[in-house]
Amino acid sequence: MTTAPTPGPLLAMRGIVKQFPGVRALDGVDLDVTAGEVHCLLGQNGAGKSTLIKVLAGAHTPDAGEIVWAGRPVTFGSPQAADAAGIATIYQELDLVPGLTVAENVVLGHEPSRLGFSRLRAADDKARRLLRRLGHPEIPPRRELGRLSAAGQQIVSMARALAKDARLIVMDEPSAVLDPEEVQNLFRVIRELTADGVAVVYISHRLEEIREIGDRVTVLKDGRTVARNLPARTTPTADVIRLMTGRTVEYAFPPRAAPVSDEVVLQVEGLSRTGEFRDVSFTVRAGEVVGLAGLVGSGRSEIVETVYGARRPSAGTVRVRGKRLRPGSVPAAVRAGMGLAPEERKSQALLLGEPVFRNVSLPAMDRFATAGFLGPDADLAAAAEITGRLDVRPSDPRRPARTLSGGNQQKVVLARWLLQGCTVLLLDEPTRGVDVGARSEIYALVRRLAAQGAAIVLVSSEVPEVLGLADRVLVVREGRVVHEAPSGELDEGRVLDLVMEAVPAGAAERSGS
Amino acid sequence: MERAAREEPARSRLARLFDTGGGRNLGLVAVLVLLGVVGVVTTDTFLTTANLLTVLTQASIIGVLTVGMTFVIIGGGIDLSVGKVMALASVWCTTVATQSFGWVVMIFCALAVGVGAGLVNGLLITYGRIVPFIATLAMLISAQGLAEQISGRRSQIVTDPVIAGIANTRLAGIPLLVYIFAAVVVVGWVVLNRTTFGRRTFAIGGNPEAARLAGLDVRRHTILLYVVSGLCAGIAAIMIASLTTTGSSTHGTLYELDAIAAVIIGGTLLTGGRGTLIGSILGVLVFTTITNLFILNNLATEVQNIAKGALIVIAVLIQTRAQRSSGTG
Repeated sequence: MTTAPTPGPLLAMRGIVKQFPGVRALDGVDLDVTAGEVHCLLGQNGAGKSTLIKVLAGAHTPDAGEIVWAGRPVTFGSPQAADAAGIATIYQELDLVPGLTVAENVVLGHEPSRLGFSRLRAADDKARRLLRRLGHPEIPPRRELGRLSAAGQQIVSMARALAKDARLIVMDEPSAVLDPEEVQNLFRVIRELTADGVAVVYISHRLEEIREIGDRVTVLKDGRTVARNLPARTTPTADVIRLMTGRTVEYAFPPRAAPVSDEVVLQVEGLSRTGEFRDVSFTVRAGEVVGLAGLVGSGRSEIVETVYGARRPSAGTVRVRGKRLRPGSVPAAVRAGMGLAPEERKSQALLLGEPVFRNVSLPAMDRFATAGFLGPDADLAAAAEITGRLDVRPSDPRRPARTLSGGNQQKVVLARWLLQGCTVLLLDEPTRGVDVGARSEIYALVRRLAAQGAAIVLVSSEVPEVLGLADRVLVVREGRVVHEAPSGELDEGRVLDLVMEAVPAGAAERSGS
Repeated sequence: MERAAREEPARSRLARLFDTGGGRNLGLVAVLVLLGVVGVVTTDTFLTTANLLTVLTQASIIGVLTVGMTFVIIGGGIDLSVGKVMALASVWCTTVATQSFGWVVMIFCALAVGVGAGLVNGLLITYGRIVPFIATLAMLISAQGLAEQISGRRSQIVTDPVIAGIANTRLAGIPLLVYIFAAVVVVGWVVLNRTTFGRRTFAIGGNPEAARLAGLDVRRHTILLYVVSGLCAGIAAIMIASLTTTGSSTHGTLYELDAIAAVIIGGTLLTGGRGTLIGSILGVLVFTTITNLFILNNLATEVQNIAKGALIVIAVLIQTRAQRSSGTG
């Protein structure tokens, strides 16, 4: 993949405007990308990053503005046109075909063929070569894609971009589904690509990643470019955050109040699920936040979903205030006062086409009904009161949930359980895909709920988040709780060691409970 | 840029009009009016009370099935069995033995058969994890077989005067069947739009996983949706038994497709989560009016079916257009 050095920027976007019904998603965006650089695109949710890369990928046609590609003005009328020019995009929601093999996905759209017959062997070889280059020779090209983990699918998505000999690869939050080790692997691949003259547009919420891999940064806010071509390594974090939010945010965790009482609210004993996790026991007291730290695939999401009754345990019990819950029944858990903010907000929590207030009142609607009868707006005021209190923006409770940004959608899910009056909250990756501003609001909300006596279980891949928010941390590895300690006794390095198995002998025994 | 700015709101207004149930319903009303104009121009008899009541009576049986079908489809399922469950119920409630107990037992039998078939459908789909298409297709076939078995493939004459009299009864000049249809529509509309049951139906059809994780009992609700559809088939069975004065295994052939088509042209998403009952009913009326016009003009049923097919395609095209322009991601 050798590319003649292009004089001037490889890509220049000028004054890009994209209007949707009711929203001006892009309102004059500029972006310069030179060959061989990693250009980071920063911005809060709703700042226009996704729209901008869709314009670049030919999925949206801009209403105004100019795109100069390799020195020539172009218009990408279709994804195929962008593809042919050498722009590949790895979307956050992977656009792969689960039913096809890994190799078929890699070559999808440009299958090697002879006389109309596809050459499977050639496709396999190509996929194998690319996967090896990506540091994943263990992924078999003939494996059905849907059977790979999310991280594995991400690698295939990368291979597919490479297969097209792209000169510019756009990566939309590629690290969101990756473990720390795999992120390092991703960075190695990115460095190889840029050394070959390929340009990478990298989108991430994690500023530390941008420091590590990025060359230059462009910041978007409200559909406009507010700063461009900042040096990625040396621009102070505070400046970047100020640019993104338009205000100064201390990226700090709220102080912990002392636990409200010693009352054990949630008690999990010997919970197991064949093939997923074994013998998990823990308790959460009123006013306490318990963090579950672990890698993707360690079983942490499975554990909270089983506690919640969404999966049926093969052994063990869950008690709320001493009362044993019927295993495998979500309605029983909700009746007992539990609420889950699941990992995948859009597919697991929200009715995207329904108005915000109906999303909020979904479990609690019986309360607003008389003998099953429920007026169309009977629950509007109560739901709007809570979304207002959580500062869900835009504030109109009749807007479809689809139109909200990730952070505000998460607030809608939390509002749902506040309205329901939950006393046990299970939060699975509550800040994934949530921008910096909304993040601190969610942190503050979690602590406030705890201070009001809620028992909270927090699952997160981000160790600082677990340490900063939780009172007590359980480390989960390969389906077992390998360590339990007050968060004050742990630091990030120690947790990462525990999470990734580099544990000194003896420390792996968990303190009994 | 100025051009774009002018175009966008215009297109989006149009999209919004089609996007809301109300807008699409207006479209269907316009189609009905258009058909009415065609009727007036091409025939002398279309716009007579007698003919309009005939149209309504003919719409009433499929209409009742369509109400149940609307619930099932909004809830994310499909019920292919309604036509033949109706036939089975009509046969079961008109056997010599059942008729000997009188009309109350006959009605009870018809409703029980419908509810029972719906319950079996629901259990197969939820606890048996069989996709709705297959489960209700199996029910269609077995209901047909059972109806033939019970009736010995003969039409069973309705001798009970109350049941036979339903179709002949008129209140204020309007046939009782039309009142039954209207009552089912009103109850259905209230349940769908003014109860927690209706809200849950939309939620479960829109995102079953989210509904489950919000604590809704998705299985129980799904079973109830098929029971509602079965109940409608039971009601329709009494209506058709009365109208034809027979219970027969040949009743209701392909009615399920007419009901599904009416739901679809009424703007309900086949994938669930969105739709209106009024749209479905307008869909039934459009279909029945088309049939009526063809009969009045002595045109062949073949042409009529082609017209219906074209109408379905046009409705779905409009639906997907509206969706695409409203879904901006």
